[in-house]
Amino acid sequence: MSAQTVLFDVPGPRARVRNTLYTVLTVFLALIGTAVLYLGFNRTLSERESPLFSAQTWAVNPQGQWAADKWEPFLRPDTWTGYVIPGLQNTLTAALTASVLAVVFGLVFGVGRLSEHWWIRVPSGAIVEFFRGIPLLMLIFFTMALPIVAWQLFDIPTGTFQVSALVAVVTGLTLYNGSVLAEVFRAGINAVPPGQGEAAQSIGMTRTQTLWTILIPQAVTSMMPAIVAQLVVLLKDSALGYIIAFPELLRSFTLIATRESNVIPAAIICALIYIVINVSLSRVAIWLERRNSGRGRSSARPAAANGAPAPVREGAGGLPTPSGTAAEPGVGDTATESRTEEEPGDGDDPGPGKGPGGSGT
Amino acid sequence: MEAFLSNIDRVVDGFSWTVRLTLFSALFSFILGILLTAMRVSPVPLLRGLSTTYVEGVRNTPLTLVLLFCGLGLNSALGLSLADSVALDVFWWGVIGLSAYTACFVSESLRSGINTIPLGQVEAARSLGLTFTQNLRLIVIPQALRTVVGPLGSVLIALTKNTTVASVAGLGVQEASREMKLMFDQGVAPVLPTFVGFAIGFLILTLPMGYFFGWLSKRVAVVR
Repeated sequence: MSAQTVLFDVPGPRARVRNTLYTVLTVFLALIGTAVLYLGFNRTLSERESPLFSAQTWAVNPQGQWAADKWEPFLRPDTWTGYVIPGLQNTLTAALTASVLAVVFGLVFGVGRLSEHWWIRVPSGAIVEFFRGIPLLMLIFFTMALPIVAWQLFDIPTGTFQVSALVAVVTGLTLYNGSVLAEVFRAGINAVPPGQGEAAQSIGMTRTQTLWTILIPQAVTSMMPAIVAQLVVLLKDSALGYIIAFPELLRSFTLIATRESNVIPAAIICALIYIVINVSLSRVAIWLERRNSGRGRSSARPAAANGAPAPVREGAGGLPTPSGTAAEPGVGDTATESRTEEEPGDGDDPGPGKGPGGSGT
Repeated sequence: MEAFLSNIDRVVDGFSWTVRLTLFSALFSFILGILLTAMRVSPVPLLRGLSTTYVEGVRNTPLTLVLLFCGLGLNSALGLSLADSVALDVFWWGVIGLSAYTACFVSESLRSGINTIPLGQVEAARSLGLTFTQNLRLIVIPQALRTVVGPLGSVLIALTKNTTVASVAGLGVQEASREMKLMFDQGVAPVLPTFVGFAIGFLILTLPMGYFFGWLSKRVAVVR
């Protein structure tokens, strides 16, 4: 259903007046909100005595957060070379390393959960459910404390090895996102039409050959949007490294904020950098999704699982993950537009699984 | 394990903050999420734009930054205090940050739910003369909610785990993960049993939630 055009009629004269009224009201409220934030960050706590309607209250305070001085550091190259770029590098290093490891982890345990041997299936399931069910931050804290564990359990002296913040962040991100990806892969493999596997076995391929040459490539293709969406989550979660003093992007900005006492400009610019990176990645996910849905009779489509000719773009029969992409990277208007072309009510079933943000912080 | 169990009151205390953060944030983010969705599909272009900007902006910002902004920016720099005691003050700021963040995901789920409603439902409602608000309140939202029970459950589970980020510096709610870290650092109990204990605590919270929402989503599913 295209909500934008169907939920209301083309506005008539009265509706237009009403809509204008709402617009004016919204602008008014937004102005009040902006003014509160502006004033709040303009004056320090001790300076807030001047009356509301005076030039002094509204003028940009040289000590306040809106003063040009507070923004000027971001125009200096040394802020970028000394803080932002090294931070960004660390963020990307952690995120990239963890992405690769998480995909490997996810493949191993996703396939493990589908094994026909219970002694592989059950432990794989337990591991995936465990790491999916506990907060990432706890995993990071625990990894940091591993030398103490080694000392307490095996009497290994505490200086023997150390866990760097990078290792802790990467380990946490890998275990958590790898477990989520394991579920994605599992759902993807289950969604490949059974005929594919049967055909492979009937021409004499072994189970392993079938899995790696027939099922997994198709599953990965159809799950690509969900995988990219999870990698966006992973990148965002790498900001948790801030808490254990890993020198990533957010930490760089808090250092700048401490040095220049410009908390608000730093927060705004930091957020903008994250938003730009994540929105670009989400666009990739949407592009992949479009490209996939444009494929002719690709059997890799999850929708084909029920044998229907698949007008459904994502997830027939409440598959756990593919629909997660509907809500997760479904950035703004592009997603809405693509939706309007669909037949009403024939799909888009948001399955029970990893919904939006069913993962991550 | 005995050393850990002898500190069980600290564990329970940590999880009581976790549960309170989760409950209040769930409530507020649900309300805000519905509001954002209503704005997103409303006839007023400005409201649509505001909602889209908010959701896309906050959703792509790390939660750590959102909570840091609440703690260092709004609480410290702006000097807005929400309660007399420090513990409660940071708690409410944590709730605000978590709600502001989670509302985006609630809104995105609801929007995908709205997209599943057959065109005929809304057309029928309009031809009966229902206004936009009536249409949304009586026809669209009730049906959309039923289809997104599953995803909303996932959002709630994610929120439960995300409350751990409220321990971030500048905020520092004394929730479970912070309690665990403190117990690691103070050496009151061996690390491994402490970790396992807290992990079990979280699994006790999240696993039943997952099963409950899985069951509920099947139960209330709209047959079409």
